[in-house]
Amino acid sequence: MIRFNHVNKRYPGGYQALKNVTFDIAKGEMVFVTGHSGAGKSTLLKLIAAIERPNLGSVIVNNQNVGVLKERAIPYLRRNLGIIFQDHKLLFDRNVYDNVMLPLQICGFDYRESHKRVRAALDKVGLLNREKSNPVALSGGEQQRLCIARAIVNRPTILLADEPTGNLDTEYAHEIMAIFKSFHQVGVTLLISTHDESILQDTDERVLALKHGELQTASTGPGNT
Amino acid sequence: MRHALSQITGVLRRMFASRLAGFLSILVIGIALSLPAGMYVMLQNAQGLVAQLSGTPQISLFMHKDAKEEDADKLRKLLEQHPDIDRVEFVPRDQALEQIKKSTGLSDVIGSLQQNPLPDAFIVYPRHGEAQALDKLRNELAKLPKVELAQLDSAWAYKLQALLNFGRMVVFILASLLSLALIAITFNTIRLQILTQRDEIEVARLIGATNGFIRRPFLYFGAMQGLLGGIMAWLIISLSLLLLNWQLDALSQLYASQSSLHLLSPGDSLTLLLFSMYLGWLGAWLSVARHLSQNETH
Repeated sequence: MIRFNHVNKRYPGGYQALKNVTFDIAKGEMVFVTGHSGAGKSTLLKLIAAIERPNLGSVIVNNQNVGVLKERAIPYLRRNLGIIFQDHKLLFDRNVYDNVMLPLQICGFDYRESHKRVRAALDKVGLLNREKSNPVALSGGEQQRLCIARAIVNRPTILLADEPTGNLDTEYAHEIMAIFKSFHQVGVTLLISTHDESILQDTDERVLALKHGELQTASTGPGNT
Repeated sequence: MRHALSQITGVLRRMFASRLAGFLSILVIGIALSLPAGMYVMLQNAQGLVAQLSGTPQISLFMHKDAKEEDADKLRKLLEQHPDIDRVEFVPRDQALEQIKKSTGLSDVIGSLQQNPLPDAFIVYPRHGEAQALDKLRNELAKLPKVELAQLDSAWAYKLQALLNFGRMVVFILASLLSLALIAITFNTIRLQILTQRDEIEVARLIGATNGFIRRPFLYFGAMQGLLGGIMAWLIISLSLLLLNWQLDALSQLYASQSSLHLLSPGDSLTLLLFSMYLGWLGAWLSVARHLSQNETH
């Protein structure tokens, strides 16, 4: 589903974020990316969504070489991805409902069908009773769940989450992880970056550990040989 | 469909959110457009007047005052057989006097005359309209017997026509420059709009919005602003013409004749609105295109 082949990413200014990274994620797998801050976790996720492009090597998503994708093909790649951003990227000029509606508007979804989907997504993350609120009025955990609702409303096959439990206390973090696990159970491919070791303790999923842009454990998941 | 509708209502909401700023841009666009469009209307009016005055070119032949009816008959036959003359109209001196009485409002003055000072006259309609041919014909007719004077009526009209062409060029240059100004105004308003909606654009791009999707509301906005600016220009022109006509009426009464300026024709009005709408759209397009090209991933 997602394959990195000897990927190097250097930012303008010379900072080397990723060095010769190679891995493979099978369909339906749930994989964690760990490492200290600045290890290249965010960069790795950004390369998958073509927010950044690699300098060397290839990033293959759904049999597409994302690194050389034409500018006008990128939107259609992103519509198949659900992305949960580290800084949330919620829009505070509209309510919770309209925030979740945005991806469907972008895809030009049928209005009545999208109404159902928005409510279903909000229900999934437990925010259905807050649909009229402004995101500003939500707590940190609720904002995070709103991000998740927006990422899944499109029913993507791949979900990318950048530090989804970043600033949350343990109880909220476990809530969020439970939501991710339920997606994993219905066959969504998940890639979650985190520096929170406590999350990893009660999971037996594969972990990609990054250190200074290099992959530490070249582990193979259950879907690969 | 509902999404497009919600985009349009979003555009309108944004437009009315900054009421004063929006109104000012529309006013500026309106004034910028009303200058060339107003000049165009005045030219159209002048053009109408010239056409009315000159129409097809004519040569007036005035006979000697002592010419008799037989002389007039003879001359008429001669003229009717001339290969370069289309038709001839005879204006007896009495009829000419009546006409002047009616059309100039100088009836009091003319009524006080003891005798008719006017000669018999022919109005000659030439077959060819070129200035040279007309001149040649005029010279020829002037030499005919019992002809006092042959006058080419449209000579001054040609000069006026040339002047109008000059005016039209001025309007064209002015319109081109102010169109650029209009594009620049829209470019700038849209640029400010984009700045206030940076977050929304960024998020939309990150979750799969095409450039077209991002562009659309701004294009609506630009076109809408252009259209409203066009309507503003139309109002400015129409109101100005009504005011001018009001003054012209008073003037006309003094000269005992009827004249008034025509307003923009429906066709010209539509052209004005569509054109300003298009320019607004273009300004918006350029502005968004610039923003999008600055934010491509590398």
